[in-house]
Amino acid sequence: MDKRTDKKAGKRRRTRKENWAGYVFVGPMLIGLTVLTVIPTIITLMLSFTDWSFIAGIDRIRFVGFENYSKLFGDRVFRISLQNNLAMLLVVPVQMGIALVLAVIIDRVVYGKSLFKVLFFMPYISSIVAVAIVFQLLFHPSYGPVNRFLAAVGVKKPPLWLADVHYALPSVMIIMAWIGIGFCLIVYLAALQSIPGDLYESAEIDGARAWTRFARITLPLVSPTTFFLLVTGFISSFKSFDIIKVLTEGRPAYATSVITYQLYTTAFEDLKTGYASSIAWFLLGCVLLITLVQLYGQRKWVNY
Amino acid sequence: MRKNNPAVRVLVTALMLLGGIAFILPFLWMVSASFKPEIDVFRYPIEWIPKHWNAYRNYRDVWFGDYPFALYYWNTIKVTAWTTLVSAAVSSMAAYGFSHVDFRGRNALFVLVLATFMVPSASILVPQFLIFRWLHLFDTHLGLVLVGSFSALGTFMLRQFFLGLHPDCLDAARMDGAGHARIFARIAVPLVRPAIATYAILRFIWTWNDYANPLIFLRSDHLATIQLGIQKFASESGVFYSLIMAGTVSAVLPLIAIFVVGQKQVIEGIALGGVKG
Repeated sequence: MDKRTDKKAGKRRRTRKENWAGYVFVGPMLIGLTVLTVIPTIITLMLSFTDWSFIAGIDRIRFVGFENYSKLFGDRVFRISLQNNLAMLLVVPVQMGIALVLAVIIDRVVYGKSLFKVLFFMPYISSIVAVAIVFQLLFHPSYGPVNRFLAAVGVKKPPLWLADVHYALPSVMIIMAWIGIGFCLIVYLAALQSIPGDLYESAEIDGARAWTRFARITLPLVSPTTFFLLVTGFISSFKSFDIIKVLTEGRPAYATSVITYQLYTTAFEDLKTGYASSIAWFLLGCVLLITLVQLYGQRKWVNY
Repeated sequence: MRKNNPAVRVLVTALMLLGGIAFILPFLWMVSASFKPEIDVFRYPIEWIPKHWNAYRNYRDVWFGDYPFALYYWNTIKVTAWTTLVSAAVSSMAAYGFSHVDFRGRNALFVLVLATFMVPSASILVPQFLIFRWLHLFDTHLGLVLVGSFSALGTFMLRQFFLGLHPDCLDAARMDGAGHARIFARIAVPLVRPAIATYAILRFIWTWNDYANPLIFLRSDHLATIQLGIQKFASESGVFYSLIMAGTVSAVLPLIAIFVVGQKQVIEGIALGGVKG
């Protein structure tokens, strides 16, 4: 055996060892993700083409093709839920706008930055269940402090908030914005800190006013962050479930129902596994679409 | 950069402080209500500082009353601690594997991991539920820990940090004959410990606050976590709002404490995930 083949054999042995080491390191995560995410995703897809209830037993599965999906678009509750989801997307730019203004003020003007970070971030780290219960009491139609205050300042018929068909969704949206502002604020602050200060300095020497500096320097330089927050905000808005379940359960009259909540009731209360799975894949499709737009738009949208 | 006029800064700080306090008024109301006797909770104008104190009795009734609140608390601590531990361990291992071990199929497998990140958890609840029933993991804390432990996010986040390690110091160890297990445990993990801590704190907060998974994967009352517990408490105990508020304060308090202590880690973790996008 000459030296070269000896080396080669050594390398092959090392490669095999390296392969094994790799599989051992990533193995637990891969097995977990396969069992808990990959396989369930495929099962959901298969179930979405069936008419089945999981309590009925596997032998009762009936293949129905695209029936569930075509039923979906004739389903009034689904249409209302989807509309509500789309309306709730409005929360994202609003909370981002507020967060950016706050971030600029906190970054450049105030004393005691970290205190403000903590204050505005508190809703985000608190549990949604606790937040929802507190808001239920605050916005209680008859004895909640909000309406007592409105009555005291002379509002004749204060809205019933979460109990009113017209005010319920906006109320939920206000609470969602309140929760989300802190997250956007923290991310924007980090982005602002990476903008070199001398950019502002030279702009100031050139006589640029505060608004011009904001519009010409700050906004373009945080645009990657803006894009990121917009996309992740849209995705998490589509996925929001807890707040609806605890706060309103979709009431009154489906005014606050969303896709995930309908998915939950269809699957675990009506026990329509097949139909619920088609809703699940619709949801997955929406998230996928937003993600693809992100991958495509990342390069186009972001302007330096 | 020319600093703003100090007088202006003081004024703006004061205004922002007012705004910030207004922002957390719901929390202040919650804490204040939890200290009051029931009849004072909805008294108007609001008594922010209670005239009559009933804190001791409220909290005693919540913690040692008819509801097994202390048990819910213990369950949550157990599930959260295990999830944080398992998740941090499994994520760091995978992150190291995907960054410093050169094995066949690495890129393809990493893409697979990233792809799972896009699947909304609501979309796979039903099959997860079925698989769990089949594996006898339904209605167990172990099942809940497993659901919370395997997420692509941890792998992805920690991988960034492992990639940032200088290859020279790992190579030097390899020259000395150290295997991957040794390099991982003795060199890589100690070097990225701050990042692992950040991820662990985030995972702790998310698990503590998790409501959907316990709702789906638990049924027995004696296994319920605090989020299920306070919701049940709120919807069943009817009109005892002071007690409900004492319950929510108890549920939120550990998080506020962790957040204040680990503020830097939490904020950096969130900001990093965000800015890197």
